[in-house]
Amino acid sequence: MMADNQEIILDIQNLTVHYVLEDETVEAVNDISLQVGKGKTLGLVGETGAGKTTTALAILRLISDPPGVIKSGSIKVRDIDILSLTKHQMEKIRGKDVSMIFQDPMTSLNPVFTVGEQIAESVLLHEHLSRQEAYEKAKDLLEMVGIPKFRAAEYPHQFSGGMKQRVVIAIALACNPKFLIADEPTTALDVTIQAQVLELMINLKEKYGTAMILITHDLGIVAEICDEVAVMYAGRIVEKGTLEEVFNRTRHPYTEGLFNSLPNIHRRHEDLQPIPGLMPDPTALPKGCAFAPRCSYVSAACLERQPYPRAISPTHTVRCAAYDDPGFMIQRRQHE
Amino acid sequence: MLVPIIIGVSFLIYFIMDLAPGDIISQMAGEGTDAQIQVLRHQYGYDRSVFYRYVMYMKNLVQGNLGTSFLTNKPVWDMYRERLPETLKLALGALVVSILLSIPLGILSAVRSGTLWDNAGMVLALLGLSMPNFWLGLLLIILFSLKLGWFPSGGDTGFLSIILPAITIGTGHVAIITRTTRSSMIDVIHQDYLRTARAKGVPEKYVIRKHAFKNALIPIITIIGTQMSVSLGGAVLTETVFAWPGVGRLIIDSVHQRDVPTVTGAIIMTTILISIMLLIVDLLYAYVDPRIKAQYLRKGKG
Amino acid sequence: MKDKVLASRRYRKRSQLAEIWHRLIKNKGAVAGLFIIALLVLVAISVKHILNYDTQVVAQKITERLQKPSARHIMGTDNLGRDIFFRLLYGTRFSLAVGLVSVAIALTIGTTLGAIAGYYGGVISDVIMRTTDIFFAVPNLLMAIVIVTALGANTLNLMIAVGVASIPQFVRITRATVLTVRNQEYVEAARAIGRNEFAIILLHILPNCLSPIIVMVTLRIASAIITASSLSFLGMGVPPPAPEWGSMLSDGRRFLRGYSYITLFPGLAIMMTVLAFNLVGDALRDALDPKLKK
Repeated sequence: MMADNQEIILDIQNLTVHYVLEDETVEAVNDISLQVGKGKTLGLVGETGAGKTTTALAILRLISDPPGVIKSGSIKVRDIDILSLTKHQMEKIRGKDVSMIFQDPMTSLNPVFTVGEQIAESVLLHEHLSRQEAYEKAKDLLEMVGIPKFRAAEYPHQFSGGMKQRVVIAIALACNPKFLIADEPTTALDVTIQAQVLELMINLKEKYGTAMILITHDLGIVAEICDEVAVMYAGRIVEKGTLEEVFNRTRHPYTEGLFNSLPNIHRRHEDLQPIPGLMPDPTALPKGCAFAPRCSYVSAACLERQPYPRAISPTHTVRCAAYDDPGFMIQRRQHE
Repeated sequence: MLVPIIIGVSFLIYFIMDLAPGDIISQMAGEGTDAQIQVLRHQYGYDRSVFYRYVMYMKNLVQGNLGTSFLTNKPVWDMYRERLPETLKLALGALVVSILLSIPLGILSAVRSGTLWDNAGMVLALLGLSMPNFWLGLLLIILFSLKLGWFPSGGDTGFLSIILPAITIGTGHVAIITRTTRSSMIDVIHQDYLRTARAKGVPEKYVIRKHAFKNALIPIITIIGTQMSVSLGGAVLTETVFAWPGVGRLIIDSVHQRDVPTVTGAIIMTTILISIMLLIVDLLYAYVDPRIKAQYLRKGKG
Repeated sequence: MKDKVLASRRYRKRSQLAEIWHRLIKNKGAVAGLFIIALLVLVAISVKHILNYDTQVVAQKITERLQKPSARHIMGTDNLGRDIFFRLLYGTRFSLAVGLVSVAIALTIGTTLGAIAGYYGGVISDVIMRTTDIFFAVPNLLMAIVIVTALGANTLNLMIAVGVASIPQFVRITRATVLTVRNQEYVEAARAIGRNEFAIILLHILPNCLSPIIVMVTLRIASAIITASSLSFLGMGVPPPAPEWGSMLSDGRRFLRGYSYITLFPGLAIMMTVLAFNLVGDALRDALDPKLKK
């Protein structure tokens, strides 16, 4: 997927993560592979329950075990094999080489410590600075994300949602990570605040050259900020490619469905086109393509076996049995 | 906030005790003439309403006068003051021991929630709670005093003699504090900000000890506060069993002897003490949780 | 993450009551507790017909005094020659009666006050809550001692004393639940379709308050039994020669050396009874918690 001269920061191969519960197993992530190059942003798109957050948590090995089990696959961050690290080594990497921003800023910060202390903690953990110096650096970071320095002595409850998220970003970027995972960072925020936070992220990304995975279900955000896109469904990546390829030369019926279900402001009088049906129960995934029951192009072959990732171009792959027929093409309605 | 409660409590107790059978005046006057009895009645306000008597009582109370014991003719205040340190010794001893035991146990149970450790611990805690503490005291005396002879079985005879009573009172505490610590920690353990801490690379033991525990403290502090007050009240039983010369035993003996002023005085003083302690606990919250501190400050300004 | 996992489970159809019962049964402690309570109730009801109070429970037989446990007297005899086992059995009646009646008193008065305070708010609520705080500031046992001293020591007063001590808890918890429930949307919906206030309280608010109240009832029964036996131990409860467990412990005090069985058995009885209620109460609390996390 990558051009060969790119430095690959994140390399996930055939990762499978299941949650083994008392009476059933949730197959959250099934055989996914993706790579992110230096300075690039990959958008991981999909509905709730598609397995995006699990993937993100797996990279930092933050999945609680039990019941979560990494069944197979490999995760490499700059050639470091994540899955073989000890707990201690993992703790060194978290916050330093790889950072994560979580979805809900309201609950992400510890209410009994000041924001300055929480940012400084990250610095103190990974860099050899004195407490004083770390706190000063924390104040600088606050300024970087657009919060006045003096507010470092305040507590999370004194900040609004958008500002809390900025603090979370400051914590995540405190030690200049090579790789940032952002799990729906703006979903819980008002639309206007969303725009501000996104802009902040774009600026910082450019300034530091941080590679990033942005998890979201909002295609609009993907269009604004991502270089590459991977679409997830029922724990599998059904389509991935550059932004241009996935948006303008969409291949997978599910991706098509996602775009079609967006209300079109220029065609206000048309009916909304949701994708019929529901996502399958992750404890009982079919042996064939998981999207088959909802797909308008379904054929017998789709129900038989898992479609394999087919390369449409050096950077664009899709998992769809319909493309066995070389003449097949989805009917994605062209947008203005 | 404190003063109305003290007034309310003292009035409540005074009022109920006033209903107690036994004419105080005749007890005091003994065989005086009718005229003398009348004078006494007037002096102590028995020709007026209970409210009047209450106000007089409280006026005296703030000057350190709690009346005179029927039995010993000593001022109740002196008797109370003599006995208070004894009871405090027990309460403090029990508290220290129970905190040292129950907080680590509670944290351990929470972290290993659902495992054998946890379940066994909780059952034991429940057992400790369900045991009447005077029974425990008696059993401890039977085993450690009478059979083994390690500890004295009664009275305050130095350091060794505190141990059995402290354990007796402490067991109930340990049970409750451990359970509260555990459930409070379990609530906190599921919070998102712990996940943020881990994602920063904070080592697991600090995630628990620093990030989780401070948040779990509020209910724990509450319960320690209430336990202290319970032990001041319930010391009655332990002091009876161990013949300990504290306030509790003063109350019981006075009840049996119908020494109404002493009973009233001792119980009112005890409740006042407890209210003060609960106020201190409230202040501790503000120290621990900045959100509550903010509420207080806001209320102060508004 | 976990919630998404659980939400995707197939929807199991089961009535709420059945679901709660099912959860309760899973808890082994609860099963043991329920079993013990059932046993106690059985004993309490039937013992009157099995034992003769006057001859077997209360009568003093000096010739048989202080006998260690044997085949004839399973738990031995006390210092007045009375069979301890029989007295224990009979004592079940007192303990359960005091426990149930006192909590019934507290429940009725407490929930009414709490519901009024929670529903109407304002000055009424303030007055009720301040008064409750005052009662709450006095430790259980001391409060009971004060009441018994004032009213005299007999079974009825014991029930009142222990009951009064439990009222504040019920007021608080009822008020808290009513406050939460009353702001829920389904109450507004009921009002929107024209239900009158009284019906709203009865049909919508109270049923949803039940869970914490039921838990509190069980736990307060446990607490009441301990308070009652404490008072009897101190000589301020059920008057002798009634076979109240606490009084029996008090009798045993003079015979700690050598006759420890007199102290052992009544205490065990109290502990088992209280433990049973605590187990059930705890399990109920877990089973009724809609946010149950396993």
